Amino acid sequence: MTLLVDLWQTLLSTITDVVPIAVIIFGFQLFVIRKRIPKLSRVLAGFVLVLIGLSLFLAGLERALFPIGRLMAEQLTDPAFIGAVGDAVHWQDYIWVYLFAFAIGASTTVAEPSLIAVAIKAQQVSGGAIGVWGLRLAVALGVAVGISLGSWRIVMGYPIHWFIIAGYVVVIIQTLTSPKLIIPLAYDSGGVTTSTVTVPLVAALGLGLAETIPGRNPLIDGFGLIAFASLFPMMTVMAYAQISEWRAKRGHAKSLQEG
Amino acid sequence: MTALLKHLFGSLRDLLPIVLVILFFQFLVLRQPLPDVLDILIGTLLVVLGLTLFIQGLELGLFPIGESMAYAFANKGSLFWLLVFAFSLGFSTTVAEPALIAVAAEAAQVAGIGGMIENNTAARDSYAFGLRLTVAISVGIALVIGVLRILKGWPIHVIIIGGYVLVVLVTLIAPEEIIGIAYDSGGVTTSTITVPLVTALGIGLASAIKGRNPMIDGFGLIALASLTPMIFVMLYGIALNGGPA
Repeated sequence: MTLLVDLWQTLLSTITDVVPIAVIIFGFQLFVIRKRIPKLSRVLAGFVLVLIGLSLFLAGLERALFPIGRLMAEQLTDPAFIGAVGDAVHWQDYIWVYLFAFAIGASTTVAEPSLIAVAIKAQQVSGGAIGVWGLRLAVALGVAVGISLGSWRIVMGYPIHWFIIAGYVVVIIQTLTSPKLIIPLAYDSGGVTTSTVTVPLVAALGLGLAETIPGRNPLIDGFGLIAFASLFPMMTVMAYAQISEWRAKRGHAKSLQEG
Repeated sequence: MTALLKHLFGSLRDLLPIVLVILFFQFLVLRQPLPDVLDILIGTLLVVLGLTLFIQGLELGLFPIGESMAYAFANKGSLFWLLVFAFSLGFSTTVAEPALIAVAAEAAQVAGIGGMIENNTAARDSYAFGLRLTVAISVGIALVIGVLRILKGWPIHVIIIGGYVLVVLVTLIAPEEIIGIAYDSGGVTTSTITVPLVTALGIGLASAIKGRNPMIDGFGLIALASLTPMIFVMLYGIALNGGPA
């Protein structure tokens, strides 16, 4: 019975999210564009599927994955599990936390619906040159590295802006040397990585760390993991393009030599 | 029906890694039994089903409507209404975004404890609401700039790098408590429904306008929508508090 109540409540809140978007789309369509929407019934069916799909997805996450994910984040950061002695913080004590951050970052990103959407579009637009899986794995690797580095930062207590600014410098250098076609997509993949699935689990990990480590303030140090998770995919996606280009060039040079 | 089955299989495969990670850590690292096995099974089933329907709906509804509107605006040639549309889409999808509401509430707590505002419910609520409006306006502005960029063919990296320079400059004068929240707010603004719509809009515009390449000009709207909130949230912190403590 609670399952039905949960589902109903999630559906209601999803509808509240979608209503403003629908009002704007159909309002502009009716009053500004003043044309009939092509294949209107298909589009409406699509909207209904998105609504139901997203509600089931969120209700399921709330029932299964989030509680256990949060519990694990708490248990892994628990001083009893870490076995820390006294107030001294040794970054090595948290090795399982970094591994968990890496694994959960990568696996939640693979399941992130908005990343799937962008990957589908990228494959269509690039005529298949950018594969759905190539992009998704590159982004997943970026999120994984970002979140584990971010956890390490919380353990050490370093200021977040050092890392972000250093990351920007790397992104700028890569921008100047990457194939032009990949750059806008790489920038976009920074923003899409962190939505429905990743944010709640990652936030729990950050707060758990900041609460249990002596000398950390959860309100200041608990934030920032999401920023890391949005920064690193830009680097890995550009690196993915750079490596593919480099291999293509090398292959080409080889075939010229042999021919 | 075969398409649906294919999507269903795809969703299963997408979720498998999360399940494996959780099982590995639960049994081998933490060595705890799995709590509420039935709940977890039901939940996972719902997630798989939901993801399948969502992807199906994406291809039927969100992608086509985003692209057809982009074409309609491009044919109509009314820059004013296109920009109004971009702003309203950015503003309205962000202001009610649950992730943003959560972050704003936490930020208000930080501000209350840190003494930036009075630590009572009314002051916190008005702070959180102001923060949400700030982020929503900044996302609206981001989409306006992004659409202008597509129309004019400006290179994205110049705008983004310029934005980074602004982020760094504003960081130097922002109060320390707001920095982490500001950086995070960039990531939480783009929701699961906004991303496909905005992506389809950008690619539709770039395909409809002569001389634009959808790959180079079509992407980039989401990047802008993740960048401007960082700047605006820090400015909001400075306006209320005035410089580093």
